Amino acid sequence: MKCDFCDQKATVFLTQLVEGQMKKVCLCEACAKERGVTDPTGFSLADFLFGGTPGVPVIAGKAVPSPSTHGKKCASCGFTLEDLRRVRRFGCSECYATFHDEVSQMLRGMHKGLAHVGKVPEGLMATQYRHQRLEELRQRLDQAIASESYEEAAGIRDEIRSLETLSTGSTI
Amino acid sequence: MMRFSTLIKHPADWMTGGQGEHGAVLTSRIRLARNLRRHPFPGWAKRDERAAALELLRPAVESLPAMKDAFSNELGSLSSVQKQVLVERHLISREHAARGDGSAAVIERRQSFSIMLNEEDHLRMQSIRPGLQLSSAFQALSELDTQLESSLEYAFDNSLGYLTTCPTNLGTGLRASAMVHLPGLVLSDQIGQVLQAVNKIGLAVRGIYGEGTESLGHLYQISNQSTLGESEETIIRRLERVISQVAMHEQNAREKLLEEDPEMVADKIGRAYGVLRHAHIIDSKEALNHLSLLRLGGTLGYLKRDIVITCDSLLMDIQPAHLQLHSGRKLSPEERDSIRAEIVRSRLQSVESPDTPFISNEGKDFPDTNPQADA
Repeated sequence: MKCDFCDQKATVFLTQLVEGQMKKVCLCEACAKERGVTDPTGFSLADFLFGGTPGVPVIAGKAVPSPSTHGKKCASCGFTLEDLRRVRRFGCSECYATFHDEVSQMLRGMHKGLAHVGKVPEGLMATQYRHQRLEELRQRLDQAIASESYEEAAGIRDEIRSLETLSTGSTI
Repeated sequence: MMRFSTLIKHPADWMTGGQGEHGAVLTSRIRLARNLRRHPFPGWAKRDERAAALELLRPAVESLPAMKDAFSNELGSLSSVQKQVLVERHLISREHAARGDGSAAVIERRQSFSIMLNEEDHLRMQSIRPGLQLSSAFQALSELDTQLESSLEYAFDNSLGYLTTCPTNLGTGLRASAMVHLPGLVLSDQIGQVLQAVNKIGLAVRGIYGEGTESLGHLYQISNQSTLGESEETIIRRLERVISQVAMHEQNAREKLLEEDPEMVADKIGRAYGVLRHAHIIDSKEALNHLSLLRLGGTLGYLKRDIVITCDSLLMDIQPAHLQLHSGRKLSPEERDSIRAEIVRSRLQSVESPDTPFISNEGKDFPDTNPQADA
């Protein structure tokens, strides 16, 4: 492969997200140096994404995953670590749990913080809470029935019913 | 459902209402990224999975009160010129225009809200307003978001916030931006400094038209980059503060130019007027740069103030897809250049030639010593 800027053989390959677009640049040693690929400020985003040390250019072959993490795969959508390294995006929302370690690494320096501050989908939160509470009540109901505390069981059953009517129409 | 021709018949209010902040801030835009739980992100989803997500998303979005009688179409059902017109109006992204079936766009009648379905994220919602109005644009969009949240199950994590396809959007999923017109800073060679300072506080600046660092029409977009770790309000407040400061610097630069080099300013505005009034062939680069100077002339009092509105609507109307839509056929670049010139000439027909301003838009007196720049 040839360097994008001259006819020399390219040895430095850089993939960067620019405005949400994947940009790939191939450079020879000399052009890489000249264009400041080694400049940590100029190419910091790429460095964060690769999880590399700032200032160290990403050289072909270096992005090969280490054997220990090789083969990790999202159970929900089948997205693999290789896919992540290739596209720098995720396959589904579950991937964030699957690739938890990689996410933490990628997030270093990317944003002003590491934890969310701001709007929360309240409806969703309320539904999730209700869902949790229902689970809890059903367990207690089973226990109450098992221990033949029928009066308590009746109370729990009523509470479950009222929660269930509330969640009608919910997708959970 | 609204037809394409009806949707784009009139310019939106926000396209020609950016007169606040001395005309330096044209528009404010808010974008929110949201995704569904248990559905693969659009870029990774298989065809049928994408269709399944769209089947959930589209009725939810279409039933929003704000989207009553909205324009709603799958991208596969739009022609490439129609899609390009929507891109030129900032109603859909360039990336979205490249998509076909399985992706859709729902656009509110007045073009102040638009929602892209199955773009990079399941939902990319946008609200645009004239002038510097990021807070109110956010509040309006957040209301739509809250309404959608009751019918769609969003992917959300307590620690990472709204989960997005790309980690650069995690957290709030918010991109707030303003389009600013900075001819004073460019003409006085201060633009580099100002943009660098804006960059230093973690905000992104880029030209609206043109590639790379080159900016056509002295138009720039300032936006936040960080989406995680700060609330929407904090992000927006910082941006509004910085943008007001940039607008103030722009105003100072204009006043200084008028004081120090009124002849140069009169000459530039006069030449821009001359070219635009009389050219028969004009490419978009030349047109944008002259329109920018004419717009400046409007805010400085060389031309009647309503020239600003004329310029702002021309910004959109001289873009390639708008020209093709206007002509009703595909145009070669040469044909575009002559139709562009024709449209500009006809719009400027009744605009009187620039005159030396006696008072600026601030109401302050300016020396009337600068020679007349007759076209």
